Amino acid sequence: MEFLVIHGLNALLYSSVLFLIAGGLSLIYGVMRIINLAHGNLYAIGAFVTAWTIGTASAAGAPNAVLLLLLPTGAIVAAAVGAILEPTLLRPFYKRPEEYQLLVTFGLLMVLEDLIHLVWGPNPLSAGRVYENFGSITIGGARYPAYNLAVIAVGIIAALFLWAFIYRTRFGIVLRATSQNMRMASALGVNVNRIYIQAFTIGCFMAGLGGAIVVPGQSAVLGMGVDALILSFVVVVIGGLGSLEGAFAGALIVGLVREAGVALFPEVELAVLYLIAAIVLFVRPAGLFGRA
Amino acid sequence: MNLLSTRALAKSFGENRAVNSVDFVVRQGEVLSLIGSNGAGKTTLVNLVSGLYRPDSGSIVFEERDVTRQSSYERIKAGIARSFQLVNLFDQLSCLDNVALSVFSREGKTLNFATLASRDSAVWEEAQGVLRQFGLDSKAAIPAGAISHGERKLLDVAVAYALRPKLLFLDEPTSGVSTREKAPIMDIVSAIVRAGRITVVIIEHDMDIVFRYSERIVVMHQGAILADGTPDEIRRNDEVTTTLIGTHVTGEPAIESENHAGR
Amino acid sequence: MQKHRSLLRTLAWAVPVAIALTAAPHVVGPFQTLTLLYGLVFGIAVLGFNLLLGYTGLLSFGHSAYFGAGAYTVAFMVKYFKIASMELFLAGSVLVSVIISLLFGVVCVRYTKIFFGILTLALSQVLWSLAFKFFWVTGGTDGLRIPTPSLLGAPPGADKMEFLTFQYYYYVLAIFTVCVIVMWVIVHSPFGKALQAIRDNETRAEFIGIRIRRYRLIAFVVSGAFAGVAGALWAPLNGLATPDVLVWTFSGEIVFMAVLGGFNSFIGPIVGAVAFTYLKTYAVGFTVYWQLLLGTVLVVLVLALPKGIMGMVELLVAKVRRPR
Repeated sequence: MEFLVIHGLNALLYSSVLFLIAGGLSLIYGVMRIINLAHGNLYAIGAFVTAWTIGTASAAGAPNAVLLLLLPTGAIVAAAVGAILEPTLLRPFYKRPEEYQLLVTFGLLMVLEDLIHLVWGPNPLSAGRVYENFGSITIGGARYPAYNLAVIAVGIIAALFLWAFIYRTRFGIVLRATSQNMRMASALGVNVNRIYIQAFTIGCFMAGLGGAIVVPGQSAVLGMGVDALILSFVVVVIGGLGSLEGAFAGALIVGLVREAGVALFPEVELAVLYLIAAIVLFVRPAGLFGRA
Repeated sequence: MNLLSTRALAKSFGENRAVNSVDFVVRQGEVLSLIGSNGAGKTTLVNLVSGLYRPDSGSIVFEERDVTRQSSYERIKAGIARSFQLVNLFDQLSCLDNVALSVFSREGKTLNFATLASRDSAVWEEAQGVLRQFGLDSKAAIPAGAISHGERKLLDVAVAYALRPKLLFLDEPTSGVSTREKAPIMDIVSAIVRAGRITVVIIEHDMDIVFRYSERIVVMHQGAILADGTPDEIRRNDEVTTTLIGTHVTGEPAIESENHAGR
Repeated sequence: MQKHRSLLRTLAWAVPVAIALTAAPHVVGPFQTLTLLYGLVFGIAVLGFNLLLGYTGLLSFGHSAYFGAGAYTVAFMVKYFKIASMELFLAGSVLVSVIISLLFGVVCVRYTKIFFGILTLALSQVLWSLAFKFFWVTGGTDGLRIPTPSLLGAPPGADKMEFLTFQYYYYVLAIFTVCVIVMWVIVHSPFGKALQAIRDNETRAEFIGIRIRRYRLIAFVVSGAFAGVAGALWAPLNGLATPDVLVWTFSGEIVFMAVLGGFNSFIGPIVGAVAFTYLKTYAVGFTVYWQLLLGTVLVVLVLALPKGIMGMVELLVAKVRRPR
């Protein structure tokens, strides 16, 4: 029973973070039809910024409440980076063949990866104090870190908030209209450039938030960006690109499978995920919720 | 004899019944025009027959063989070819290359990776000949992306023609082309298909072209066949003129009805 | 007449280059020769890579998988079978890289563009993680040693440097030449034309009777085989096979080499590979932030000079001709 509770919650934790990253990727694709290969690095930036601010603050003796308030800094910086990147590096490529888009975001991936190295050095950063300060709770006979439950909560809230945002607000309607028919939306007076930069910023914010909330529990390390990119790719393959429900479902599945893998066969965890992704690609290429 | 016949062919996109239980027949050797307002289902029907779409129900028989389950590759090998409404060409390759590829493919030579393409003079001569028939031989060395729109429409037809098909579908071969270029294009196409005795189905919106170049006209409306007959029969068919008058057909009826209203 | 003119034009630069390459070990020092050697080896890999990108329109971010497969095959043949013959190394590597690229290709060629790119990246990362995790087989990060092999039955001499910069250099040069000729024939064959058709318009290619998935798979496997050959040739040169040869950053370098040289031309990839090898050798001494430099240059290239070095050369040649 304890085994199930712990691993089940771990799976949900993992899914929460994955949902944020993959959801951001999917949102950007859904609206703009581009995939930013450097998306994982925005998650990494979120992690490093948060780890650094919290680490510095807690070394300076800041109280718990302040540390908590500093958590979202990573997400905000990631969003800012996104807001700068879209008009400068991505917009020139919308009209060019897709290979160039991939090439430029790949170059961006390399640049951001090394920039993180340049700014924060080669060693992992952590925001462990926040994690410890949360303590642990007893659930179903097992002691479980309370912070992890907070992360799961953040994931669920983010999902609900996003859903409401996209399906219940005026901005969301404009977003959906632009994603379905950019030309038509533009002809109706929508400022497509502004929508694009907003959508991109939101997507980056989500990725950064994923990094920000994960970093008290695990350190920010170099290379986490590419790992996140690949995992979120598996999520959107399974769930369907461009769909928020798909990112949600895909994140849950990947979280569960990975946790099962980690608990039972650590070596082949990644390979099993790929096997599932490959099967989904064969059987239902658009993903569970994707529109082809 | 019926070269192609469909029975109760149907295809829906969500709620929209694009092709609604259509029995469509094409006879050997004829030049047939498929007309109808936008959304009538003409392109969908062609897409179904050429293999781009899978039908929801119904069957397609070509040369007395059921091809409903066959892939587009198999149908092309069987002798069905098509051109595209929105021009589909190999833009970075020369016009000659574009046509030569059809010839290479038809001859089953496209898997040869150990011989030089330039050495197969038979293919290149044939490709050059096709370009000449279509009046494009001066553009042989020019990339397909760099010629004029009218020339691209002709090349699109030439690429399909070079497959030496038995049944050729031309999807709006003159769309986007200026009025005075339309007739010359159709003259060329019509002369070539008659000389080659190819059965042709043309989707067209321009009624002048339709009445001038076809032997038989099939009218579609809202996914079904509305009328089927010679140009004269169709011209005299009231139902057809009423249904089609909503979109522009020729200049005259619109003016007449305006006059009626003004009076 | 046209054909003769273009042949003469090609010979005009090809002959001096061939002479230079043949004379190199006798004219320049061992360090230079080694750098050139690495350049030729990567040239074979990028040549194969560009069959996919330049000619078929598929951008693979996971070519390190096939290169690495070639390298590790050599390492395994040494460690587990005590083999030392370069010819057997090459045969084994081609076989293994063909099998792996076939397996990966079957999945990847069902998709294009973005999905294809990420799938290739992801699959190569799987291979990398396997090399990492199964360290008792692959030697993990310590890697596996590869001693100098015998060439055509002749054992290498005692002086490793002498061997590498002379016998091995000419061996590699010969294989490089064969690879260039083979690839040249492939891209100028009807199959090569069909690939370009698929690149330009897959719908139209489909509708003139080309089964695009099949053709893409063949191109994928050929491309993987070239990378495998390169990996096999690289292994004795480097002396060590580590997971670094499978990691995504190395795939990125392959992409970079093609873009640098110009992926729209036949020799662009080779030029890019050689240029990159020289650049890297000198730049790595300057900075540890190699990825940053590479990434920035890639972005600048794609923004401003998408046709790479060969594109620039074409422009210059056109300018020189124009006053006539």
